[in-house]
Amino acid sequence: MKNAIKMLMVLNLVFGFALTGYAGGPYGVDERKVIIEGSTTVLPIAQAAAETFMRQNPDTEIVVRGGGSGVGIASLIDKNCDIADSSRAIKDSELDKAVTNGVNPKAHVIAMDGLAVIVNPANPLNALSRKQIRDIYTGNISNWKDLGGNDQKIVVVSRDSSSGTFEAFGVLVLEGQKTRPDALMQASNQAVASVVAHTQGAIGYVGLGYISSEVKALRVDGILPSKETVLTDKYPVSRPLYMYTNGAVTGTTRDFIDFIMSKEGQKIVDEQGYVGLK
Amino acid sequence: MKEKLYKLIFMVLAFASLIFLLGIVFILFKESLPIFSKVNIGKFIFGRFWYPTYSPPEFGILPLILASAWVTFGAILVCVPLGVGSALYLNELAGPRQRAILKPLVELLASVPSVVFGFFGMVIVTPFLQKIFNLPTGLTAFNASLVLGVMATPTVCSIAEDALNYVPKSFREASFALGADRWQTLIQVVIPAAGSGISTAIILGMSRAIGETMTVLMVAGGAAVIPHTFLEPVRPMTAAIAAEMGEAPVGSSHYHALFAIALILFLVTFIFNIIAEIVSRRFRIKLGLSG
Repeated sequence: MKNAIKMLMVLNLVFGFALTGYAGGPYGVDERKVIIEGSTTVLPIAQAAAETFMRQNPDTEIVVRGGGSGVGIASLIDKNCDIADSSRAIKDSELDKAVTNGVNPKAHVIAMDGLAVIVNPANPLNALSRKQIRDIYTGNISNWKDLGGNDQKIVVVSRDSSSGTFEAFGVLVLEGQKTRPDALMQASNQAVASVVAHTQGAIGYVGLGYISSEVKALRVDGILPSKETVLTDKYPVSRPLYMYTNGAVTGTTRDFIDFIMSKEGQKIVDEQGYVGLK
Repeated sequence: MKEKLYKLIFMVLAFASLIFLLGIVFILFKESLPIFSKVNIGKFIFGRFWYPTYSPPEFGILPLILASAWVTFGAILVCVPLGVGSALYLNELAGPRQRAILKPLVELLASVPSVVFGFFGMVIVTPFLQKIFNLPTGLTAFNASLVLGVMATPTVCSIAEDALNYVPKSFREASFALGADRWQTLIQVVIPAAGSGISTAIILGMSRAIGETMTVLMVAGGAAVIPHTFLEPVRPMTAAIAAEMGEAPVGSSHYHALFAIALILFLVTFIFNIIAEIVSRRFRIKLGLSG
């Protein structure tokens, strides 16, 4: 499935180049071409939005690359991309460097990223603190009875280590510590939800869109995850997602950012499992 | 003139797979070698921790290699008795009518898509194992072995049956003439004569099991730890590649490491296939079928 998407991306690129070669001619090619680079968390949003945007504006070309937030911001500072995707705010050191290079990074919050911590509905617990969740994922606690639950081994379920979800969870809950190596690494949000739904002692984390009646979302530090608690920044396992541009931009880059902020763009955000701002 | 043209066309077709093979080998080496300038090859193969996205990352694939080995070994324990057993029955005991029905049915099993097997393993086998062994999770090496074993059975059965078929009739007749009964003939004449053909079947079954991806991704559990028993979740090499390649940034160390895993996997199945080829050639020579 993922490979199929990758193949489509490659084809898209190849045909994209071919098309701009014809349509663009010597003038205005750069104007219509936008390069987006950075966070793998933001990548699915940027990719899906770019596909829709290019379908609606066939004379434009949007190239989306991953690499990570740091890579994207570095690339923006070196003027190698038009938009830097980032899952964190720009650091002071990066800002200094940008100023020296004559780049003026402007932040656009395009979505919120919220993760629900889920357990099997048969689990009597309804709430955990972030510290307790961290202890579970790093292996300090391995039985539910240590948390006031049943005497049952905890089955730790995680996303694959290259996913943006895994990275977000690592930052927001684990604070950089390593997930225990025997965690069940699942390839999608859906797979995590499915394992938790079918395994009594399991705990997992998924995007807010994947909460269903088959799993139970826990209160984290007392707050139940919902669109509202994420948008008001009350729910702790959430963070804003950014697109950085060089100053107030014009042309296709501006149009693309406007598109993401539009109702249609925010619908794409929701569809990709993130929390739209509207 | 026309004949030459046809010959040329078919020659190109015949060489096409060779070109694909060379292309794949070339890409595998090209994309995997950069990782070995960052990680020592010994540490890569024997490292115990697979943390590809942390900083600093750890690229130890021993848990993945062992997971593939365990799951393949388990699958062999399932598919050899099933496959060879059914081949023996088909060849020796089944009447022509029974055989005409059974053999295509066994081969039909091979045409079931692997994702369907995976789904079956997830929905049916997983809760079952969880219940009987009282496990925290049914997604284990054992589960993967069972499902892969069933998947590899048609491969083993079909090739083993062909091997039994190749045993010349005269061998059996000679054995019966010496007063041996059916069982003695089977054990002491037919199976030894078809032995290397059956070995080929088993080795190809192993290749099938070690290279299978979708099923293990769905039922093996995906934990990158060195397994101690069959009842633990594991992460075979194929599952790691399939799950992580989609989101590994192109050109990163993680990306190259995944290619390196693919290279190792390719070399292993390549060696399996060469062994199978050598063994089956010996078998044909032994039976005087070809030079």
